[in-house]
Amino acid sequence: MFVWITNQEIMPSFVITEKCDGCKAQDRTACQYICPNDLMVLDTTSNKAYNRAVDMCWECYSCVKICPTQAIEIRGYADFMPLGGVVQPLRSTDSIMWAVRFRNKMVKRFKFPIRTTPEGSIEPDAGFSTGTDDLKSTVLRTEPDSL
Amino acid sequence: MNLDNFETVVVETDLLILGGGMAACGAAFEAAHWAKKHGLRVCLVDKASMERSGAVAMGLSAINLYLGVSKGNNTVDEYVNYVKNDLMGIARKDLVANIARHVDSSVHLFEKWGLPIWKDDEGNYVNEGRWQIMIHGESYKNIVSEAAKNALKELGENGSYYERIFIIEPVMIGDRCVGAMGFSVRENKFYVFKAKAVLDSMGGAVHVFRPRSVGEGLGRSWYPPFNSGASTYFTLKAGAEMTCQEVRFVPVRFKDSYGPVGAWFLLFKSKATNAKGEDYMETRAAELEKWAPYGASKPTPANLRNYLMLLELEAGNGPIYMRTDEAIQKLVAEIPDEKEARRKMKELESEAWEDFLDMTVSQALNWASHNIMPEESPSEISACEPYFISSHSGASGAWVSGPVDLAPGEHHWGYDNMTTTKGLFAAGDASGASSHKFSSGSFTEGRIAGKAAIAFCMDHPDAIKISDEQIAAMKEKALMPLKIFEEHSGYTNDVDVNPNYIKPKMFMFRLQKIMDEYAGGASVGFKTSDALLTKGLEYLQFMKEDAEKLAAGDLNELMRCWENVHRMWQAESHIRTVLFREETRWPGYYFRTDYPEMKEDWEAFANCRWDPETGEWEMIKRELL
Repeated sequence: MFVWITNQEIMPSFVITEKCDGCKAQDRTACQYICPNDLMVLDTTSNKAYNRAVDMCWECYSCVKICPTQAIEIRGYADFMPLGGVVQPLRSTDSIMWAVRFRNKMVKRFKFPIRTTPEGSIEPDAGFSTGTDDLKSTVLRTEPDSL
Repeated sequence: MNLDNFETVVVETDLLILGGGMAACGAAFEAAHWAKKHGLRVCLVDKASMERSGAVAMGLSAINLYLGVSKGNNTVDEYVNYVKNDLMGIARKDLVANIARHVDSSVHLFEKWGLPIWKDDEGNYVNEGRWQIMIHGESYKNIVSEAAKNALKELGENGSYYERIFIIEPVMIGDRCVGAMGFSVRENKFYVFKAKAVLDSMGGAVHVFRPRSVGEGLGRSWYPPFNSGASTYFTLKAGAEMTCQEVRFVPVRFKDSYGPVGAWFLLFKSKATNAKGEDYMETRAAELEKWAPYGASKPTPANLRNYLMLLELEAGNGPIYMRTDEAIQKLVAEIPDEKEARRKMKELESEAWEDFLDMTVSQALNWASHNIMPEESPSEISACEPYFISSHSGASGAWVSGPVDLAPGEHHWGYDNMTTTKGLFAAGDASGASSHKFSSGSFTEGRIAGKAAIAFCMDHPDAIKISDEQIAAMKEKALMPLKIFEEHSGYTNDVDVNPNYIKPKMFMFRLQKIMDEYAGGASVGFKTSDALLTKGLEYLQFMKEDAEKLAAGDLNELMRCWENVHRMWQAESHIRTVLFREETRWPGYYFRTDYPEMKEDWEAFANCRWDPETGEWEMIKRELL
């Protein structure tokens, strides 16, 4: 079930104070673990996460997607986006749901598949066999079977 | 921060893979297989978290390189010709062919691993364009990184990966690369990785040129801001020869949020026009003749499409629009049945939004913020700032060996994808002159390089010894910005303003200003000249001196310091090579106002090498073989 989250005008990726529990049940916060640009930090005094350099944020939504309490949203870059638009995902193991709210309050929802196998189940060879043991040949792992 | 508490960690391996993106994951997948057969160790080091690191972090809506050779769809030669034409003749055919002949295998693996690929009613992949297939790719990187990690696990204790370790530069013994040094961005640890072979796959370079948005939008670069030139710096400092450092990439994308245009041009058959609705690809077709034979090739090279658009803007005919509304309406109008047409409209709308939501969410937010519905109104497109990325329609990277069965004479020196530095390999954005590899080709090139690097390890079995003195000297260099900050920050009332040092952020802004104004950035319409470049190079020398005074208050800033040193070296090799090539060959990427035409005698590679012994740059012109 998708619960609509109200927009707050703070920064590109921002943390809703009320919802962030600092991932207290885990040894590190999810957003800190995932951010590809190492932007998310846990403030140890308040036990809340924050984005330390909003102008280095790619708006990749990795933190938004992974947050266990859905405490992170994105407020579009203020230097070119009018206020009021919101795009919010809800990602499960096999699909992702998106709610897109326009500045004029119109809402569109989309759902797309993201994965056809269970998480953690990947076997690298995927059932293909490698046709040679020759390290100097041009044949790569799983070839020619996988070609 | 107490620098005495910095632990030194030495890790020993046989193959060291640097980076965690598509090329690095391909290398880990491949190398693990061959390492297991021969009892060798493989270690991967990523500055981020592999699950969402590199250029595919956000996901992708298409795989841009798939040939379908087994289905008879295309041949390797056809692909090589396409790439060569798009780069105005400047491409290593042997490297492009090597990637192309293996890439289908990588895509078939992705599908088995769990990547949803669009299928038609007969079960065939849905093509976006001739070489592109559509995917539901939000979790593309999660899936590929899981496969790479599981491959490393198959090695038991011989397989390992380290995350959140920032790699600074190579460890050298004489002319051989024997490892890398760096530091943890999370704890006070300095790392030295010792290896028999090293694979550089740390991505391209962003934020070398000033971006068009400089407020919060600074971070909304087309390519990710965390790809900061580490690859180029690494190979340059190892004394490896570089190629195509002048061949930057200027993508044309939806304006400001830089959403992808591929699906609109190829899948939805949309047109781009000037403000008057004129299709400049038609009205300015005559201009293409000046750039023959490439101007006449189909599809028109990316840089020439850019160029025609730039001419429109110069003529005062902007804004430029992607006519999404017309494209959608045309596709729906082809369906006579009203109910069926409505269903088609819904399907197209969903596809259009997914294209952005899968890979550039910010563009969907941009549409929502501006109340844009693509089926009803057009959207602006524009040329982004320049990027260094050899996996797309740019070409900058290391000069690497081609495969023995495809490479002409001097393009082969023993091991596939080895640079001219012994023991150092490059793949993905790190290797040059093999454009258009994209995600699948970068993964594939990682595989090729990973296998070859294992062969190198077998041929060079002797243990690597690095002296304690060398490690101590490297550590001092790595942590110098922390030391400078500690020594001087108490002198002023503001830690960011201090006459004794410069913080990485302002350092980056200075670099971006130089590159934008002197080396043909977006604000000057991508135009430059000998006089401008020479002046820019002069200002860069001041920067190189000031780089010794970079200061960092914490580990995050230490990473930013080194990222910007990396960018600065990418910038210098770019300026030197643009100067060297006295012609204009890619007018939509940069335009030499003093040499406005393409010249036959520059149908050649412009290479460069920084000599670690002398500190001098050498410029080398190499024939297309």
